[in-house]
Amino acid sequence: MDAGTKRRRPFGAQPLGILFSAPYLIFVGVVFAYPVIFAVWMSFHDYFFTAPGAQVDRPFVGLDNYVTALTDPDVWRAFGNVGIFLIINVPLTVVLSILLATALDRVVRARTFFRVAFYVPYVTASVAVVAVWLFLFSNTGLINNVLGPLAPNPSWLVNSALAMPTIALFVTWKGLGFYILLYLAALQNVQKELYESVAMDGGGRLRQFFSVTVPGVRPATFLVVLLATITGANLFTEPYLLTSGGGPNGASTSPVLLIYQKGIEQQNPDVAAAIGVVLIIFVLVIALLQRRFVGREES
Amino acid sequence: MRRRILATAVAATGILALSACSGGGGGGGGMDARGPITIWYSNNAAEIAWGQQMVDAWNAANPDQQITAQEIPAGSSSEEVIGAAITAGNAPCLIFNTSPAAVPGFQKQGGLVNLSEFPDGEQYITDRSGDLADQYRSDDGGFYQLPWKSNPVMIFYNKDLFAKAGLDPENPQLSTYDEFLTASRTLKGAGVAPYAINPAPTSEFFQSWFDFYPLYAAQTGGTQLVQDGQATFDDANGEAVADFWRTIYSEQLAGNEQYQGDAFADGQAAMAIVGPWAVSVYKDKVNWGAVPVPTEKGVAADQTWTFSDAKNVGLFTACDNKATAWDVLKFATSEEQDGAWLNETGQMPLRKDLTTTYADYFQANPAYEEFGDQAARTVEVPNVQNSVEIWQAFRDGYSKAVIFGEGDVSTFLSDAKSQIDQLAAGK
Repeated sequence: MDAGTKRRRPFGAQPLGILFSAPYLIFVGVVFAYPVIFAVWMSFHDYFFTAPGAQVDRPFVGLDNYVTALTDPDVWRAFGNVGIFLIINVPLTVVLSILLATALDRVVRARTFFRVAFYVPYVTASVAVVAVWLFLFSNTGLINNVLGPLAPNPSWLVNSALAMPTIALFVTWKGLGFYILLYLAALQNVQKELYESVAMDGGGRLRQFFSVTVPGVRPATFLVVLLATITGANLFTEPYLLTSGGGPNGASTSPVLLIYQKGIEQQNPDVAAAIGVVLIIFVLVIALLQRRFVGREES
Repeated sequence: MRRRILATAVAATGILALSACSGGGGGGGGMDARGPITIWYSNNAAEIAWGQQMVDAWNAANPDQQITAQEIPAGSSSEEVIGAAITAGNAPCLIFNTSPAAVPGFQKQGGLVNLSEFPDGEQYITDRSGDLADQYRSDDGGFYQLPWKSNPVMIFYNKDLFAKAGLDPENPQLSTYDEFLTASRTLKGAGVAPYAINPAPTSEFFQSWFDFYPLYAAQTGGTQLVQDGQATFDDANGEAVADFWRTIYSEQLAGNEQYQGDAFADGQAAMAIVGPWAVSVYKDKVNWGAVPVPTEKGVAADQTWTFSDAKNVGLFTACDNKATAWDVLKFATSEEQDGAWLNETGQMPLRKDLTTTYADYFQANPAYEEFGDQAARTVEVPNVQNSVEIWQAFRDGYSKAVIFGEGDVSTFLSDAKSQIDQLAAGK
């Protein structure tokens, strides 16, 4: 009887669920899965964009595009740049957002104001806030005027050692509001009694923070680290606008910016696709490492 | 129930198949097909005004072959928009803003019609543009673009700032590198502007067209960056030009940080390298003068070459009515319409005998006269495959060695040459 029922319900006990989830599945398939599979296919072929109906050969070229990509010093530099970015951005994002979320959780007055203040940069278009940062960090900008003789030379955005860290600071500041929200949500699940227990044992605010808050929001920390890493690996707008296309001299070029230049500007989408596949592998490896070291389950 | 599902699936598949058939398409019409066409033009106000009158004039005389015109859709660059339109199969028939650097790429995409295949195509283009037309031929000998208009770049200078710095504003000494550097140091030393000149120091592939390339064209008497499949700049001429700019940057006579705005119009720089399109922009803002770009030892103005900064017209394969498009192209580049173009925009039609054909205009507008004369000696970007990649490779090396002073200039030139030779060979 049971087996017969299962045969009559190939879509499970609630077939309507398929209907409700279908639009999202189609969306994921069309917008994500198909392009990724197509990009992988492109990366193994001699491919370029053509007019519909144009008769061109697109032969299989094996690893040629990967060899082209991986022997290009610009590609290595772009991955190195994004590595620098992640080393600055991810820890800074985690530390600042957990600290600010903890502080905001305890703020009694003007709570909404503070939360909105941190969230506004996140929802404001990068193009708009980049203009403010250009004003702040340009050669004759506010920061250099304040620093006076201590200002770096060459200035921040045209200094090969400082351009990427400046971008990392910008992205950290811009995204902070979102990560604070994640931590604020996580903090609601931390049992208040635990704080009281630590307090009764004589633990101060610092002890409470490290013994209760940090372990209590560990799943959120893993999420923040993962999202910050993925966001960092997808870096494009900021170097495109803030350092005029990855300058100075490629010091802030990101892999995605390079994909854009190779694929769209220079019409080599096959090599661009190979860089994209390498980038996906790069992010997956980092995510797995993070999963191992940050997201491991408590025993 | 099952039958109904099957019928629905078949119908859906049919609709999908039909929609796939109707989407895109490379344009069904042959070279002699006629009917309505669409065109795109630049979003510059003066060019729009010219485009609208041209379309009105054509439409009034050709009710059965109407033009629908619009500005080129917004994008980070028109080349990207056009490339995407070719791929999608929805490019218009004509685009009056096609960059010569992008033409080899569009051609490779199968997006452009070879204009030489029209019975009168070859003759019309060469009759109109003379010897200048040869720079726009593709590797197979055909014209995949109609040479349309140029903006021969020259040195604009701010007469008021020159006077304030004690330099002669009516006869500025800017023809040799030494003179130019002396004047620049004087301007900077007098504090009349933060920079003597301030070309964009950014890394986009096309920026070298407005610093290195005009001076290289002048220094070499009209040599392209790549000729006969080989980079030309790894020699004494290339080194002289690169050294000149390196001195400019190392002495901070130009900034290595992008200025947000127009440095010349805002008084942040006393000079600029621009074409005649800027005349109408600066006329109410700056008391300006213009001289040819400098060379190492100085060349007479009437023998100085420069970069063309041309934009041409492409006829795209997605066009259904190609014969009409070709007729419109000839109408829009006729002597009458070129005259209207010159009047409206101040940009130079790529015609032989420009200054004599429109003698009245240049007499009435002396500010444009030297640009008109300069238009006869312009160098175009080389029409070779991997063109954009070649310019990007050059810019990357230039940026490092010249703008940021890392490494030496001769290494940059030889490294860039090897890289560009390979790219030009299609590797």
